[in-house]
Amino acid sequence: MSPLQTPSQTVGPFFKPALIRSGDESLVTPKSRGERIAIEGRVLDGDAAGVSDAMIELWQANADGRYDHPDDSQEKLLDLDFHGFGRAATDERGRFSFCTIKPGAAPGAGIALQAPHINVSIFARGLLKRLTTRIYFPDEPLNATDAVLNSVAPERRSTLVARIEKPAVLRFDIVLQGENETVFFDV
Amino acid sequence: MNPPLGYRRETPGAHPPYDRPSYTSTHKRAPRHAPVRLEHTLSEITGPRFAHETLAPGDDDMTHFNGGEAMGERIIVTGRVLDEDGRTIPNTMIEIWQANAAGRYAHVEDRHEAPLDPHFAGVGRVITDQRGAYRFMTVKPGAYPWRNHHNAWRPNHIHFSLFGPSFATRLITQMYFPGDPLLPLDPIYNSVPDRSARERLIATFDIEVTIPEYALGYRFDFVLRGRDSTPTLS
Repeated sequence: MSPLQTPSQTVGPFFKPALIRSGDESLVTPKSRGERIAIEGRVLDGDAAGVSDAMIELWQANADGRYDHPDDSQEKLLDLDFHGFGRAATDERGRFSFCTIKPGAAPGAGIALQAPHINVSIFARGLLKRLTTRIYFPDEPLNATDAVLNSVAPERRSTLVARIEKPAVLRFDIVLQGENETVFFDV
Repeated sequence: MNPPLGYRRETPGAHPPYDRPSYTSTHKRAPRHAPVRLEHTLSEITGPRFAHETLAPGDDDMTHFNGGEAMGERIIVTGRVLDEDGRTIPNTMIEIWQANAAGRYAHVEDRHEAPLDPHFAGVGRVITDQRGAYRFMTVKPGAYPWRNHHNAWRPNHIHFSLFGPSFATRLITQMYFPGDPLLPLDPIYNSVPDRSARERLIATFDIEVTIPEYALGYRFDFVLRGRDSTPTLS
């Protein structure tokens, strides 16, 4: 008999000493290629209160749109100073921030490129399994043809696109529930 | 280039829903919209990898900390990380955390009036070997009250975080102990709809895993999602 999936359980409120290490919120070194950006946001619950015990993880391609993984066989350069994974906990007001680069476009269906995006996992007390979403970039021409963005109801698509807060700082709030609830994906 | 294979989806009944009325913390945190199904692309079939360099000496022994030995019943936990096709998953990181033997976490937010143990941090980390196997030593965590409802107690459990080979295979879960009388009362354990799936979260006591005169032993395998049989979009 084939083995069967191990069920998910909540991360609970006490994960920080085990999972959060200072520096994991920065995906870059001084030598990483690409345009430096900060991503800042808050995780908000159904009362619009900050979620103070959430963990956010990012997974993204490098500046050329290549993932640092053996299943990405694109003939694009790897970046030895960029691996594409970051992790941060929210603070007492539900805030998080990351330092990274804007990823290049990676292939999607067929020959079409996906718009540049960052894959996001959200864990928290009260989430019995992970939530996943994507961060897209404003003023990005490929957004118009991105298959994933286009699979989302038009009135909810804006929840997936970061806002420019100031130069090189993007704002991306994650609303778990209620008005302007972020679009989450079944991956 | 052959299109890479995606990963299988969640097995129905094997994972909790987001909305679980008996678990109070879900009330304001469970999304109201159903998640949008996303076909797997390179973004989902790739994922972070962690090398043995991320381990520190002693990460697989939680029974010694800060120059002394933790209080409690020493246990070995060992097993394998597999996928649904029974393939072992080597070189994958497992992060571990738990309460001490008295049921208290070394965490500023844990205010349960049970003693902290200066020699137990409750944090570990291992990477599976070439056969997908892992092993670590710890003390059996205590049960603790958690105020979800009147007289609510969490059963003894250890938390685990795994990545597997891709973004799609990421898993955070909890391992429980056989015969725990709190299991039938626990909203988190019982959030898994399928009974046989829930029971997969319970470790097996194994006398062969014990160290005579020193530690008891439990086996626990993790099964992550397997590859899909049809190519993904790429």
